[in-house]
Amino acid sequence: MGFVDKGRMPKPLTSLFNMGRSYSLWVYQWGLACCAIEMGAAFGSPRYDVMRLGVIPLPASPRQADLVVISGTVTDKMAPAIKRLYEQMPEPKYVISMGSCANCGGPYWDSYSVTKGVDQIIPVDVYVPGCPPRPEALLEGVVLLQQRIKNEDMGARWRGEGYKALVKDPIVVGGGPIE
Amino acid sequence: MAPLSDSTNAAETPALASDTLRQGIVADLRSALGEQLVDVKLVPNTDLWVRVATDAWREAGRALRDDGFHYFCFLSAIDWMPSPYGRGEDDPTAPPPERKTEIVQGYTGGSTRFQVFARVTDLERHVGITIKADVPDADPLIVDSWVTNYAGANWHERECHEMFGIGFAGHPDLRNMYLPTDFEGHPLRKDFPLLARHVKPWPGIVDVEPLPGEGDDAPADAGEGASDD
Amino acid sequence: MTDLIDRQKLSYIAAQAADARLNVELETEGMTLNIGPQHPATHGTLRIIVRLDGEQVVWADPGAGYMHRGYEKLTEVRTFPQVTTLINRIDWLGSFANEVPFILAAEQLMDVEAPPRAQWIRTILFELSRIANVSLFLGDLGVQLGAITPVFMAFRDREYVLNLIEGATGGRFHPNFDRIGGVKDDLPKGWIDETHQVMKKLRNFCDEIENLLFGNKIFQDRTRGIGVIPPAVAQQYGMSGANLRASGVDWDLRRDQKIALAYDKVDFKVWTHPDGDSFARCWIRLQETREATKIVDQLLDGMPSGPVMAKVPRIIKVPEGEAWVSTENPLGEMGYYVVSQGDLGPFRVKIRTASFNNISIVPWILRGVYVPDVITILASLYFILGDIDK
Repeated sequence: MGFVDKGRMPKPLTSLFNMGRSYSLWVYQWGLACCAIEMGAAFGSPRYDVMRLGVIPLPASPRQADLVVISGTVTDKMAPAIKRLYEQMPEPKYVISMGSCANCGGPYWDSYSVTKGVDQIIPVDVYVPGCPPRPEALLEGVVLLQQRIKNEDMGARWRGEGYKALVKDPIVVGGGPIE
Repeated sequence: MAPLSDSTNAAETPALASDTLRQGIVADLRSALGEQLVDVKLVPNTDLWVRVATDAWREAGRALRDDGFHYFCFLSAIDWMPSPYGRGEDDPTAPPPERKTEIVQGYTGGSTRFQVFARVTDLERHVGITIKADVPDADPLIVDSWVTNYAGANWHERECHEMFGIGFAGHPDLRNMYLPTDFEGHPLRKDFPLLARHVKPWPGIVDVEPLPGEGDDAPADAGEGASDD
Repeated sequence: MTDLIDRQKLSYIAAQAADARLNVELETEGMTLNIGPQHPATHGTLRIIVRLDGEQVVWADPGAGYMHRGYEKLTEVRTFPQVTTLINRIDWLGSFANEVPFILAAEQLMDVEAPPRAQWIRTILFELSRIANVSLFLGDLGVQLGAITPVFMAFRDREYVLNLIEGATGGRFHPNFDRIGGVKDDLPKGWIDETHQVMKKLRNFCDEIENLLFGNKIFQDRTRGIGVIPPAVAQQYGMSGANLRASGVDWDLRRDQKIALAYDKVDFKVWTHPDGDSFARCWIRLQETREATKIVDQLLDGMPSGPVMAKVPRIIKVPEGEAWVSTENPLGEMGYYVVSQGDLGPFRVKIRTASFNNISIVPWILRGVYVPDVITILASLYFILGDIDK
């Protein structure tokens, strides 16, 4: 459209697009381990329904997804697959790391086959701690991410600067910004 | 280590029923294997352990299968060397502490560092047996494969091979089960270090309290003495 | 049963013929299809490489290890209470059930017996975790065969059970409630009545699933006669749990071994099925869920009073020895072979998981089946990746 490339988006348009984007996230669940069950409870059970937030689960493929929730232990054998699937997602894309295994290795911090945190491979926007986190915690993570998206500078993101800001200041559910 | 024990030590009449069962199993094995049944530990009413000579490992599996033990539970190995890294709680800046290095085997004894062991169950007589054998200290370590006895041993031997480095002669497809193909080392050997514990000192070390005297019988309060933070 | 075996023999012969055709007639390469490791139908990250001729599988090779976390090595550097925390996460759907055999093995080595009330509480939570586990199986069964509705009902009804477990232990999953010598706390007030209500709801859920799924002709066509496992083969591979009972073998560790849980105080029926096909495996799990609700009702009614923890020292040091304890977990037979040398933690723990043996039969059973049947067979075998990969 010309506006976005040159990085000069008028404010009303930005807020409109941001609001649209944040309320229509298509979530690709990368359910690996126990957190996948809590993620399933958050996405699939009628009690912690995530669709009321505008987030729809079960896209047909990562190429149609906006958001990926990495839930469960990341092993070294699985890491290349995660990287490839992340690269298959089109921009703009967001990552929620759910559970302590995905955040930092979790209870398997000293194992020989576990990647100590998925942020070693892909940039993470929101960390949801817990083992496993309750479905409400995941929903809080989604809500915080939506607030972040609403306040985003689309022009900067298009130019690629949005990423640097995100990685330096990730959101942690239940705590303030790290450092 | 454990001498040949049988139920005549425990003179409890109600216990004799399953003792005769396990004693009968030991007798059958002895008639099948003869001298190669090296050691037996029978805990009455609880469980049965036997150790066979390494050359008779496959033969013993076949004898058990023909004796009625059709259900294959598992097969694995034990590395009896005490870990040179202890519990992984050493301070990397301090010199390593003295640790005992003597290899002490468990039930039914043994004379090598590695032992393979397997468990099979007889579903008709409701009894299981744990069978062990030494793995000769050579390089490479090799024992016979149990694939001809129980088809399920295939995967268990693959896992044992990658975790301990024990080769199984006669196995059709001995490749890695869990680990990537380019993984170096055999993780379950005691001299394989967990590197994350060597990079920085174990943070829980400040929380360990001095052990109270033995015979302290206050109710257990698990989760306190050892921090799982 | 014989005509089912004949049918499978025919499809095996067809697969052999297909293999021959590949090489002789058209000289076309068979297609190698990679199912997984990320796939909505596998319960986690299991990768199965199948070689196809058209729609038929010529050979199949499961590649496990994408969730291998190194449990057996990690237990060697942890103390006994810390191991309890960790092993909850092996079979992550019915987590309490993973702790029980390990605690029983440690108690056998320490020669400590938990008081009766603790044993009953353990058994009740064990059965509740079985219900939680298998109700999700029933829901996922629908999804893998193409019926989306049951999974929402399963999650809804599972929430009731998780509420109960949370009320008693403090955690929906991974309760870490078992201790060497008993359980951590007593049951809260009003829990028993609420559990009775929830068991009624769960029985309704089983009836709903039976109407929706098992009575459906499409479901029957897709599962009857598919993936027949004869009992001798099942025992050779060490299959356990519902898979073994579906082949006609009457073996249930709750009834057939003496163990320090309260199963000898209740009446329950052990379900078997002569066919050995996928339908039998699914059907048996449904019946076992109903049976589990009845067991819980009986246990709640007859609960003894007393302490919930035996006298054990504050810092647990387990004496030297070796012990093997296995229990009838929701997935099958799970056992721990604990070797202790008198230290704060175990010397070696061999974890025998049910799904590892259950999935080792996949190369044998997938020969000659069609691709949709691959998913049906995997669904009916029912594994959890943490259980396969430890």
